[in-house]
Amino acid sequence: MLRSRWWSWGFRSAVMLYFVLLIVFPILGIYGQSFSDGWASFVDNLTEPLAWKAVMLTVKLAIIATIVNMAIGTMAGWVLTRYRFPGRKLLNSMVDLPFALPTAVVGLMILLLLGPRSAVGQWADSLGFTILFHEPAIVVAMVFVTFPFVIRAVQPLLEEIDASEEEAAYTMGATKAKTFFRIILPNMLPGILSGAMLAFSRALAEFGAVVLVAGNIPGRTQVASVYIFGQIESDHPAAAAAVSVLLLTFSFLILWLVNYVQTRRTAR
Amino acid sequence: MTMRRLWIGLTFVLFGLLLGVPVVRIAIGAFDGGVQGFIDGVGRPEALHALMMTGIIVVIVTAVNTVFGVMLALYLVRANWLGPQLKRLLNSVVDLPFAVSPIIGGLMIVLLLGPDAALGALLNKAGIDIVYALPGMVIATLFVTFPLIIREVMPVLQEIGASQEEAAHMLGAYPWTTFWRVTWPSIRWSVVYGVVLTVARTLGEFGAVLVVSGNILFKTQTATTLVYQDVENFNVTAANSVALVLAACSVGLLLFMEWVKSRKES
Amino acid sequence: MHVEVTGLNKRFGEFQAVADVSFSIAKGQLIGLLGPSGGGKTSILRMLAGLESPDSGDIVFHGQRVNDLPPQERGIGFVFQNYALFKHMTVEGNIAFGLEVKKWNKAKIKERVAELVELTGLSGFEKRYPHQLSGGQRQRVAFARALAPEPQLLLLDEPFAAIDAKIRHELRSWLREMIDRLGITSIFVTHDQDEAIEVADEIMIINKGNLEQKGSPWEIYKDPKTPFVAGFIGESTTVEDISALKGFKEAANWPGTKGLIRPEYIEIGKENEFTLLSATETGKVSHIHFRGSEWLVEVQIGDIKLVTYRSLEKNVLQVGDEVHVLIHRAYLFNNKDNWVMENSLKVDPLPVHI
Repeated sequence: MLRSRWWSWGFRSAVMLYFVLLIVFPILGIYGQSFSDGWASFVDNLTEPLAWKAVMLTVKLAIIATIVNMAIGTMAGWVLTRYRFPGRKLLNSMVDLPFALPTAVVGLMILLLLGPRSAVGQWADSLGFTILFHEPAIVVAMVFVTFPFVIRAVQPLLEEIDASEEEAAYTMGATKAKTFFRIILPNMLPGILSGAMLAFSRALAEFGAVVLVAGNIPGRTQVASVYIFGQIESDHPAAAAAVSVLLLTFSFLILWLVNYVQTRRTAR
Repeated sequence: MTMRRLWIGLTFVLFGLLLGVPVVRIAIGAFDGGVQGFIDGVGRPEALHALMMTGIIVVIVTAVNTVFGVMLALYLVRANWLGPQLKRLLNSVVDLPFAVSPIIGGLMIVLLLGPDAALGALLNKAGIDIVYALPGMVIATLFVTFPLIIREVMPVLQEIGASQEEAAHMLGAYPWTTFWRVTWPSIRWSVVYGVVLTVARTLGEFGAVLVVSGNILFKTQTATTLVYQDVENFNVTAANSVALVLAACSVGLLLFMEWVKSRKES
Repeated sequence: MHVEVTGLNKRFGEFQAVADVSFSIAKGQLIGLLGPSGGGKTSILRMLAGLESPDSGDIVFHGQRVNDLPPQERGIGFVFQNYALFKHMTVEGNIAFGLEVKKWNKAKIKERVAELVELTGLSGFEKRYPHQLSGGQRQRVAFARALAPEPQLLLLDEPFAAIDAKIRHELRSWLREMIDRLGITSIFVTHDQDEAIEVADEIMIINKGNLEQKGSPWEIYKDPKTPFVAGFIGESTTVEDISALKGFKEAANWPGTKGLIRPEYIEIGKENEFTLLSATETGKVSHIHFRGSEWLVEVQIGDIKLVTYRSLEKNVLQVGDEVHVLIHRAYLFNNKDNWVMENSLKVDPLPVHI
C-alpha cells in the first residue's frame, strides 16, 4: 500500500506540474514581459499608430464576420435540426470541416478562388472592387474559420426545445412566424450569442488564413495577429508582447463572459 | 412548404460555396501540372522532410496530451485532494488556450524559452535547443491542443458519476484496477474523439509553430509552414500539392470523427 | 461486539452532518438507520464503509480500529442507492468482479457466481447487461455482487428507494429472508418508516446528525426517548395544553408540558360503545375521510383537534355528530423530561364486588 501511495503522489505532482508549467507560466510570462520596461513603454507600444490601426481593423472585421455568421449559422443550425432531407447527415458532418482544415490551407483556398485571376476575382473587378488582398478577403477568411461556432451552439438548444411549448402557442392561435419570434428564437438566443462570442474571439485571433490573403499592408490591411508576427520578425518582442496582452485580455474577458452565460443557463 | 424548400436550398448552396468548392479547388490546383506535377510537389525533399516533421509532432503531442489530459480530467472531476474552489479555478484555466491566438502562443514560448530569456539561455549553454528546434514546436503545439481531450472527457466523467468507481473500491479494487476495468470503458470513445481532434489540430497548426520554429528549411519546417513559404514564393502548384495532402488527411479525420461521434453517443 | 462506533463527527463546510454518534451492533443483527432526508444517515454509512473519513471518532470492527483502512480492505459489502452496477459488464461479470480482484482461481469464481445467481433468483439472466434488466433484477445483482466476496458486514444505502411501490414489498421480505439465512451483520439506510419497522431487528433514529434512539421497533414505538422520535414514528397530534383533557389533569403539575397523542390510542364513538364513559371527553366530528381500509376522523374537543381512525365495521359517523372520545394514553414532554402517561380515569372507581 505504501507503494501505491508514492505512485499516486508522483502522478498527481507530475500532472499538476505539467498543467502549471505549460499553461500558467507562459501566460504569466507574457504579461510580465510586456510590462518589463514599465507602464509607460507598454502604453507607447499600444498607441503606436500602426498597432492601434491593426487592432481596430481586426475588431471591425471580426464584428462583420461574426454578424454574417450569426445569420448564416442560425439558418444552417435551424435547417439541420428541424428538417429531414436527403444529404442532411452529410451537411452536418461538413459543418466541422473548418475545425479540421489547416488554416494555411484555408488561406490557399481563398487565394485560388478569389484571386485576381479567378472567375470570382474577375467578376468583382468588373464591378470595381478587389477582394483578394483587401478587407473582403479577410472577412471571408474569418467567416470560414468561425463557421461552425454558431451552428454548433444553436443545434443543442433547438433539440432541447419542448415541442409542447410550440404546440401550446399554436393552440392559442399564433402563426408560425409569430411562434418563431416569440417562442423559438428566445430559446435559441443564448446559443446564438455564445456561439457569436466564441466566433468573435476566434476571428480576432485568426492568423493562418488571414496572412495569406490579406496583403498585410501596415495600417491598411494588417490585422493584429499579423502585426504581432511582424514585430516578432523584426525583433521587437516588447511591442509584440504589448499588443498580445491587449488581445489576450480581450479574449479572456469574452471567454469568461461565455462561461458566465452558460452557467446561468444551466442554473436555470 | 415552399419556405422549407427555400431554406433547405439556401443551406445547400451555402455549404456548397463555402465548404465544397474550396476543397475541390485545391484538388484541381494540385493537379495543375498533371499527376507528375502533384508528385513533384509532394515528393520534393523539403516537402517530405516537412511532412515528416508534422508527423513526428503529431505523434508526440497526441501521446503526451492524451495521458496528461485524461489524468487531469480525472483529477478535476473526482479528486478529493483538490478543494472545490481550486477545482473551479483550474477548470477555467483549462480553457485559456482556446482564447489565445496561435501567434501569441508561439510568442509566449519564445519569450519564456528563447535564447534571450534567462531559462532559454541556460538550456542553450547546456546544448539543448528549445526554440527554433523540435522541442519548442512540440511545446507550442502542446499548449494549443491542451484543452481538447480534457474537454471531451470531463463531461462524461461528471455524467456517469462516482458510484460505479466507489462500488469497485468496496469490492477491493485499487485506483489502477478501477480505472481500467470501470472508468475506461465509459470514457473510451470520448478519449478517441479527443485524440482525433488533437491530431487534426496538430496537423493544421500554423501560427504558433511558425513563430517558434523560425521556419528553417529542412530543419524546423512543417507541412503547413511549407505551404506558407511556397505561396510567398509564388510556387502555387507545389503549395497546392502539399495542401491537398493535408486537406485529404483532414477530411479523412473528419469522417473518422463523425463515426466516432456516433459510437460515443451509444 | 461486531461493530462499535464512538464519538463519530463529520462536518461539510459549515454544516454538521454527524454529531457525536456512538453505537454498538452485535454480530448477525439487521439494523435500520431511519430518519428524515439530510439527517446524516448516509454519511454514517459511508464513513463505516471508508468512502468518507470522519473528523473525529473511532470505528471498530471486531475489535480492530478501521479508521485508517481504505474501503478496499475493510471487507464490507455495499449496495448503492442506484445500484451502481458496472454498465459494461454482464450480470456474471458484475458478480465476479470482487472475486477477480481478490485473485480467486477461475473455477472457484465460476462456482461462487453460480451459487449467488441461484440464491438471488437470477438464473437465466447471467449473460444480460444491466440495461436489459428491470429495477428489481438490478437490485438483486447489486446484492449478489456485494455478497460474492463473503463480507463480514453488509451496508445498504436506501436499497429500495428507486423501486416501484408494488415490487418494493416483495423485495423487502426477500431481503429480510436472505439476510436471515446468511446470518450476515447488516445495516441499511432508509427514510421509509414502514420499511424499517418491517425489516429491521433494531432501528436507529437519526435526526440532524444526532442518534435520537436505538432499539427494537416495538421499543421505539412504545417508549420514545425524545419528542422527535415520538412524533416521527406513526402519526400523532401535538396538544399544547394536555392537562385540559379528561384523565390528564395531573400534567398541570409540570408547567409547559405538551402532549403527543397517537391515533391508535384514541377511541371515538357514540355513548353506547363505551363502558367507561367517565373517562371520555365529548367532542364533535369536524371531518371524515375514507382511507381505503378505514375512516380517518377529525374530532374537535373545544379548541383541541384530534385525529383518529375508525374501523369500517362500526357505524358510520357524520360530520357534526356529537361523539365521545377516549384517550388511552399520551406521550408527555417538556424541556426537561418525557414520559408516557395513562389516562388516570380509566380505572373504574367503583369496582363491583361480588
